[in-house]
Amino acid sequence: MTTPLLSVENLSVAYREGDHTARVTHDLSFAIAPGEVVALVGESGSGKTTTAQAVIGLLPENGRVETGAIRLNGEDISRWSGKRLDVIRGRQISLIPQDPTSSLNPVRTVGAQVGEILRIHGERDRNLIEARVVELLARVGLSDPDLRARQYPHELSGGMKQRVLIAIAIALKPQLIIADEPTSALDVTVQRRILDLIDELRRENGTAVLLVTHDLGVAADRADRIVVLQGGRIQETGETASLLASPRSPYARRLLADAPSLSARTFRAAPAPGEDAIIVDNLVHEYQSSGREAFRAVDSVSFTVRAGTTHAIVGESGSGKTTTVRDIVGFGRPTAGAIRIAGTDISALKGEALRKFRQTIQLVYQNPFSSLDPRQTVFSIVEEPLINFGERDAAVRARKVNALLERVGLPEALRKRRPRALSGGQRQRVAIARALILDPTVLVLDEAVSALDVTVQAQILKLLDELQKERGLTYLFVSHDLAVVRQISDTVSVLHNGQQVEAGSVEDVFLRPQSDYTRELIDAIPGKRSHALA
Amino acid sequence: MSSIGTVDGLASASHGRTGSGLGARLRRLQPGLVLAWIVIAIVVLFALFPQLFTSYSPVQGVPVEKLKAPSALHILGTDALGRDLFTRIVYGAVHSLTGAFVAVAVGLVVGTAFGVIAGSTGGIVEDGIMRLVDVLLSIPGLLLMLSIIILLGFGTVNAAIAVGITSVAAFARLSRSEVVRVRRSEYVEAAFGSGGTFLAVLWRHVLPNSLVSVLGFAALQFGGAILAISTLGFLGYGAPPPTPEWGLLIAEGRNYIGTAWWLTTAPGIVVVLVVLSANRISQSLGGRQ
Repeated sequence: MTTPLLSVENLSVAYREGDHTARVTHDLSFAIAPGEVVALVGESGSGKTTTAQAVIGLLPENGRVETGAIRLNGEDISRWSGKRLDVIRGRQISLIPQDPTSSLNPVRTVGAQVGEILRIHGERDRNLIEARVVELLARVGLSDPDLRARQYPHELSGGMKQRVLIAIAIALKPQLIIADEPTSALDVTVQRRILDLIDELRRENGTAVLLVTHDLGVAADRADRIVVLQGGRIQETGETASLLASPRSPYARRLLADAPSLSARTFRAAPAPGEDAIIVDNLVHEYQSSGREAFRAVDSVSFTVRAGTTHAIVGESGSGKTTTVRDIVGFGRPTAGAIRIAGTDISALKGEALRKFRQTIQLVYQNPFSSLDPRQTVFSIVEEPLINFGERDAAVRARKVNALLERVGLPEALRKRRPRALSGGQRQRVAIARALILDPTVLVLDEAVSALDVTVQAQILKLLDELQKERGLTYLFVSHDLAVVRQISDTVSVLHNGQQVEAGSVEDVFLRPQSDYTRELIDAIPGKRSHALA
Repeated sequence: MSSIGTVDGLASASHGRTGSGLGARLRRLQPGLVLAWIVIAIVVLFALFPQLFTSYSPVQGVPVEKLKAPSALHILGTDALGRDLFTRIVYGAVHSLTGAFVAVAVGLVVGTAFGVIAGSTGGIVEDGIMRLVDVLLSIPGLLLMLSIIILLGFGTVNAAIAVGITSVAAFARLSRSEVVRVRRSEYVEAAFGSGGTFLAVLWRHVLPNSLVSVLGFAALQFGGAILAISTLGFLGYGAPPPTPEWGLLIAEGRNYIGTAWWLTTAPGIVVVLVVLSANRISQSLGGRQ
């Protein structure tokens, strides 16, 4: 075998915090051959980003390589000084960072930032730099590259910014690109286009890619080999096809089973006919801004949801799904149209009547960090709605709260803790308990599982499914993740630019999509390629 | 997504650290902060039990002993009437401290009330209150204090109230911005969503989460208030003689600055030390959030 481009040998990285150090990776070893794509897959806290940072020498200040070696073309670079590494950063190894919105300097033009890497590595001719920048921006698929080079980051969309960052990464044709979750902050269709671009550039220049991702579906589509990490240890390494077909380690097997995009595709059984719990009729929501024409965020959206079933609202950012949901739970006022929840027109309710009606419909937020008051304990968070609706007897409240916390799977020991001391999944369980304590008939889940790791996500989805069966709940499930939608929903509405482009049963929409946009969304679900192989 | 992991990691790590005990915590103490707390503790003791520190009288002088330089008998010397300067500083602490306390209390209560009302109601009420606050801010602080004292009359308490009113604007602006920030957060919306009434949500969620930094600011204002009260005393708008108020001590010593430097220097240094200590402590309170 030829010498690998990058070989990581027994790498252990530790973080110092106060007086003690915590090791986050333990004896990691893997290698990347020239032109190969290797995916580091794992959930948050698995050490995948730390590993990527160690390779390019960008560990946070309190991080240190304790043992092991990182060999680039046979030379150990793990203990090089920053100054020495500067020579190879950008030229031999480059990085595509995770969050495009915060990775560009807001006060400099895009062109200046792309040109910077050329200047750092010794190019002095301004005209040459300018020409090269435009060429690079065109190469990463930005329309009108001359104009883009003169624009500032805030004038570009998230996907465009990620393209700019890719342009910087490929400027000097490095041998290795480290892509740290390059698309997790982007919409699915944009994600697909960006990954396609990285793929194409890789083939063109023979660049190797170290792809860091939490999404096994993305890894399955794009990588030649996959390294599965958990708790800083390698669980399994293997060729993509064989690893997906027959994972050997129990962790890889679980990850594969939990990934909604890769697990078996069964649709929910058709629900028994029943009453309609939610009727949305020609909903229109306009945002007025002074001096400008009103912006129509939601344009005549209509759907009905039968009691005891799950309806999904799918769309990318800016599709109007959040506005729709806020109108439905009564936080927003629609410009026109009617919303009836369990027979009551919620858009006509005000003040005390609206407050009383909140017992019927509850919302679970996307972010379990910001939707729980940091100063309250778990118990008092869940107890509060009962106090709001006049349950005076503390013993009754305690009994109800404890029974529900038990049901959502929060151990007794956690009840006196504050949200900060809980994991993401535990927090979302608290949020679900708070929403269910009043026995609502409708639960609105606004991207409620999007911020969670796949394994935790699978657990929460299972819990939601059980609760629905036990209590006959109606769910309105907002998501950008079609794979999850396929798993949990009965019916679905697809929103695009405020309009409903498709509606119907999940099976119909997924198997026989009518609109081009839906087809594009379904095609963009990662994990397709692995199914084609299987 | 990765942020979830980081926060989890920190939570568990800090959990593990509580086991490492008192030793580690002592090592992390900053000497400056310790010194600041010691200064404040001593001044508080001055105010509470002045007779423990000195046996002289703060107001009765011994004419023979006038304008003595610092010595073993009078460690900070004596003034023109033969009164022990150290004794006067010790007895003066109570005036400066209570004055600063009243001033901060006035600013905190009135300013925060304005800020919370403005931040939580919004609309025309908010605009009205905040424009009033802008007007208050536009008047130079000292001018405002002097005008208020002329309206209220001279005296320690009135001087304190005047200092307090000048800080109302700052408290109102800070608490309003905090309330607005917290009011927009998802947990407040979630509290309304689970049937909370306006007052219940304000009391349970908005106030506790927005007042932490306001309290840090109050500690900072404490140092400023001591300085302002001394300034008023120096200008003769505070406590009347022979009260041993610190600003007044400096003003009285000014006439002898050529021959008895200790009369201005000693109380001046005390004021500087106390103000610096209060600032250092408020900084540590602010950093802890």
